[in-house]
Amino acid sequence: MDAGPLPPPLIALHGVSRVYGRGEAEVVALARVDLEIRQGEFVAIMGPSGSGKSTAMNILGCLDTPTGGDYLFDGVSAGDLDRDGRTLLRRSFIGFVFQGFNLLPRTTALENVELPLVYRGMPADRRAVLAADALARVGLSGREDHTPSELSGGQQQRVAIARAIVTDPLLLLADEPTGNLDTRTSEEIMHLLTALNRERGITVVMVTHEPDIAAHARRVIRFKDGRIEDDRLQAAALPC
Amino acid sequence: MLSESVLLALRAIRRNILRSFLTVLGVVIGVAAVIAMVTIGNGATVRIQSELGSLGNNLLFIQPGQGGPGAPSGEARLFTVADAEAIRQQVGGVAAVAPVSRASATVVYGSESRATTVVGSTSDYLVTQGWDIALGRGFLDGEVRGGRSVCVIGETVRRELFGAADPVGASIRVRTVSCPIVGVLAAKGQSAGGADQDDTVIMPLRAVQRRLSGTTTVATILISAEDGVDTARVQAATTELLRERRGVQPGEKDDFAVRDMRQIVQTMTATTGVLTGLLGAVAAVSLVVGGIGIMNIMLVSVTERTREIGIRLAIGALEHQVLTQFLVEAVMLSLFGGLVGILLGLGLAFAASQLLAVPFVVDPGVVAGAFVFSAFVGIAFGYFPARSAARLDPIEALRRE
Ligand SMILES: Nc1ncnc2c1ncn2[C@@H]1O[C@H](COP(=O)(O)OP(=O)(O)OP(=O)(O)O)[C@@H](O)[C@H]1O
Ligand SMILES: [Mg+2]
Repeated sequence: MDAGPLPPPLIALHGVSRVYGRGEAEVVALARVDLEIRQGEFVAIMGPSGSGKSTAMNILGCLDTPTGGDYLFDGVSAGDLDRDGRTLLRRSFIGFVFQGFNLLPRTTALENVELPLVYRGMPADRRAVLAADALARVGLSGREDHTPSELSGGQQQRVAIARAIVTDPLLLLADEPTGNLDTRTSEEIMHLLTALNRERGITVVMVTHEPDIAAHARRVIRFKDGRIEDDRLQAAALPC
Repeated sequence: MLSESVLLALRAIRRNILRSFLTVLGVVIGVAAVIAMVTIGNGATVRIQSELGSLGNNLLFIQPGQGGPGAPSGEARLFTVADAEAIRQQVGGVAAVAPVSRASATVVYGSESRATTVVGSTSDYLVTQGWDIALGRGFLDGEVRGGRSVCVIGETVRRELFGAADPVGASIRVRTVSCPIVGVLAAKGQSAGGADQDDTVIMPLRAVQRRLSGTTTVATILISAEDGVDTARVQAATTELLRERRGVQPGEKDDFAVRDMRQIVQTMTATTGVLTGLLGAVAAVSLVVGGIGIMNIMLVSVTERTREIGIRLAIGALEHQVLTQFLVEAVMLSLFGGLVGILLGLGLAFAASQLLAVPFVVDPGVVAGAFVFSAFVGIAFGYFPARSAARLDPIEALRRE
């Protein structure tokens, strides 16, 4: 981040807490986290297991609501929205990529990528064009009719990324996107995410345990025991 | 969105086609029962009504004894021609009175022969039966009074004995009696009991009494009341007259029965109605059972597909969109059952109509109703599972499996 006016924060967490259970069984997954992420950033979230990374991602992605504090997405308080309201926010502006791919089984790559558009009520012919385009962007042209079981792990994750970007989201959330992939395939996925960030200006927030993967990000945030322990900018590794 | 849901539902059903079929078996049976019984019932009603029409209007018939139409009446005293004459003259509102005596006989023409029923009666017989002459003429008064051996034959007898030849003017032999044919009856077809009504030969009463049965008695008297006359009044007056003529003491039971055809039809219709109601209840129960089967399988399906539902919710499905998807699936299932049930029911009804010799009358309203009702079963029993799918927590759901 050098000269020029800063873009407005896309994400703003103000003292956000997430507490599971009650009384004796109470688990504080997030403890008064403050965090701002601006449009166009590429952020890696690291931290030991159980430190609250996934919890934070779920809240950022409006799958979950904070039990305390305030989450503003592009200035809108997500905590005030009901479930359908959060779904509308998520499906309009946010794409999700999971560690386990989470593609529908026995369903072709094209249909998987079309799914978010189906729920937006887009007509089938336009859907197919956009989905094929998204698959092309992740380098999977020609695999449209393959079902997940006919694709490698890396290819499945590419389909998942295509599904996440087919709606042209502002924010791409990826919870351990390379967690199930080997080193080479992981690198390929990282190139893809980096390209999406650089060329299309999509804000990327990614959870990872691997420093090699985190090295692709411009900013690394470390969680520990539900708090942000460290938050620093770094020179992003250039794609090789 | 809805067409997507339909496609998805069809795919899910096809993927588990055997399970889907077993699931909807209850609906299949329920719908098939409704369709079959209503269709058969309609056929029976149509036949009873056409029977009523073919029996002529306002028909009453008098039988000796107190049994039903099929009960033995051998011991009871028969009637006489004088009884019939008395009814004609003393009971008001009567259009026709036909004393009837029947005999079985073999009729022969050339080398063809046929065993048939010979009815001895008067010209009024055709009036009471609403029977038209197709060829030739009916009996002349002189022929009836004189007990001349002439006959009018039914369509079946004509076909069997004459084929394409013109029977009017020809003579057939009824047992040993030579009998010129003066007319041919219009075809009537089968009766409610499945008997061929056209398999008959009609002769003047006295000819049958004298030449065939050797009696002077009359087994049955048919009465046709005038239009607009209360048949119950005719029934009562006839009963009173016959009691007097037959010397039945006050307080004693009638030794004959005057039956109103309309009452019999009403009784039959009412019986059909009760039967329809009973079967309807059975059908309703099996539809409920079918509905519970659908609810069960949908709950299983929601559990099996929790992860899929989680993905859909995370990807942007609104609650009502997931609800719709599962509701559509339940409705498609029950409609599938309904469709199979309709086909099965119509098939059963068709087989039964062939067997019972009733017309096969499909009521499109009932078929449409069964279709709509099975959709309703899907909605009613699919709602709860669909709602529980729509309310799943996406995070929890994604963690499953
Ligand atoms: N549904 C839940 N009910 C109760 N506790 C929960 C629930 N989900 C998460 N937790 C707890 O919250 C804490 C943070 O969990 P979270 O999944 O955010 O960790 P994480 O940083 O993503 O870990 P990992 O690196 O293993 O994925 C953990 O202690 C976890 O046990
Ligand atoms: Mg995690």
